[in-house]
Amino acid sequence: MTDLESRRRVVDAPLANPSPTAGLLEVFRRRYLLKLLVRREVNARYQASALGFLWSYINPLSQLFIFWFMMEKIMGRGTESFAIHIFCGLIVVQFFIETFNAGTRSIVRNKALVRKMAVPREMFPVASMMVSLYHIGPQLIVLVIICLFTGWTPDPVSLLGFLLALGIICLLGTGLALMFSVANVFMRDVGSVVSILSNFVRFGVPMIYPFSMVEERLGSFAGYYLLNPIADAVLLVQQAFWVGTTQDPDATQAEHIPDHLFSYGFLGLGVGFVVLVLGQLVFRRFENRIPERL
Amino acid sequence: MTYPDSTSIVVDGVTKEFTLRYHRTLKQMSVALVKGRDLSDSFLALEDVSFTVDQGESIGLMGLNGSGKSTLLKLVQGVMRPDSGRVLTRGRIAGLIATGAGFHPQLTGRDNIYLNAAVLGMTEQETRRKFDEIVEFADVGRFLETPVGNYSSGMFARLGFAVAIHVDSDIFLADEALAVGDRPFRKKCIERMQEVRESGRTLFYVSHAAGSVRKMCDRVIVLEKGKVGFDGEVNAGIRYLKYDDGAENEPDGQDEIDDEIGNDI
Repeated sequence: MTDLESRRRVVDAPLANPSPTAGLLEVFRRRYLLKLLVRREVNARYQASALGFLWSYINPLSQLFIFWFMMEKIMGRGTESFAIHIFCGLIVVQFFIETFNAGTRSIVRNKALVRKMAVPREMFPVASMMVSLYHIGPQLIVLVIICLFTGWTPDPVSLLGFLLALGIICLLGTGLALMFSVANVFMRDVGSVVSILSNFVRFGVPMIYPFSMVEERLGSFAGYYLLNPIADAVLLVQQAFWVGTTQDPDATQAEHIPDHLFSYGFLGLGVGFVVLVLGQLVFRRFENRIPERL
Repeated sequence: MTYPDSTSIVVDGVTKEFTLRYHRTLKQMSVALVKGRDLSDSFLALEDVSFTVDQGESIGLMGLNGSGKSTLLKLVQGVMRPDSGRVLTRGRIAGLIATGAGFHPQLTGRDNIYLNAAVLGMTEQETRRKFDEIVEFADVGRFLETPVGNYSSGMFARLGFAVAIHVDSDIFLADEALAVGDRPFRKKCIERMQEVRESGRTLFYVSHAAGSVRKMCDRVIVLEKGKVGFDGEVNAGIRYLKYDDGAENEPDGQDEIDDEIGNDI
């Protein structure tokens, strides 16, 4: 025992559970790891391609061009600047769908880490959300440049609406990703279900049709349509960018953007928060069984 | 119950049950239901396991295959949580387990070192400070800037080892995976483990090799079908397991240890 005594070392730490238990809080405590995980995803995507990060600009530009050519030149829809209208919707929808899809698959995809390392597992859905958020950057730059060309001037209040829209999708997307990622561990069918749900999302928001059309067809029921937080987020982004690119922004605002949009937006943010809390609870409930099921 | 300040690991009445699922698709499940077979089964990997470890002790965890050693290690590491009972640890945990887990094949050795170190709980400054040491230990040369997907399996393993072994930890876990790498590398690993032991860190070593356990540990815990079968002095533990067939007496040369380690897998 003297041998043992001589190399005794005093550890100044409490006896604690070795497995991380603080959930999402733990993720923020280890933001350095989160940062590296996000960077890993982003870098891996463009590795071994000659144009590298330029692709994330080429992609949205080509989409915008197709919308402009098809919708405005060929089909000649009545809505003004329809390409920008769609593109605004697309930014939100893609952010949501990528978060939801990649987030749902994130735990299974990071099997090696999840099964062998004591990292907070909420880390992976959150990282998926951050990667999707990161890809908004180039899209936003393309959007702003095009908008400036068409005579748009930034308006602080509606730009705050844009941030609100991002907040809604962050909370909602992460919450759903948490719930579905753990479900995906138990049944891989969930990944396929999520893909189908994503299709509904594309058509459940005023992207390829203007909101005025919904109001026209549904009348007073349009209020229920606005209970969809993703639809609110799309409208908030359209209010921030698309409205300003039309001939008469005030008329466009009155015709195509619902009244009290900010109230609906904050309601959507609340819904997102509730979903996130639920997601964390569901995740916590089933998390213990993850390593053995992977 | 309170524990003295010198306690490093507490395993208190820990039970861990695994569910074995026989059928996954609806079709298989309905067929099984019609035929009256079980849909799933469970088994106890660990049953009411209790012990405490003092800071600075080196424990050899032994037992036959399937006796629950790896599960116990994962519980101490914090990857799994017990179904009942509790596991408590003091200080940072690191070790030679699952080295290289989470390496991304498309990223370079350098990027992977930073990522892996972060997974193991190191900060950015800490990694930067130890970076050269890690690279030197891994000995991958100019491959450092190429994607690890192109590494030979030995280089891959060495890189994982190098990171894991440089984490400043209070508890060091080692699974029977020391057999990777060539002989000089194995020797380096053993020296490093001895250093770990001498620095007063708690060592938790899972092994089948009686020789290296005798060399490294001052207490042996033997698991038998998920229960603690023996907990005590090293030679008695090895005798309890009947691993001591007389063929391997006290190995003293470094080469012999090498071979012992090589036999780990």
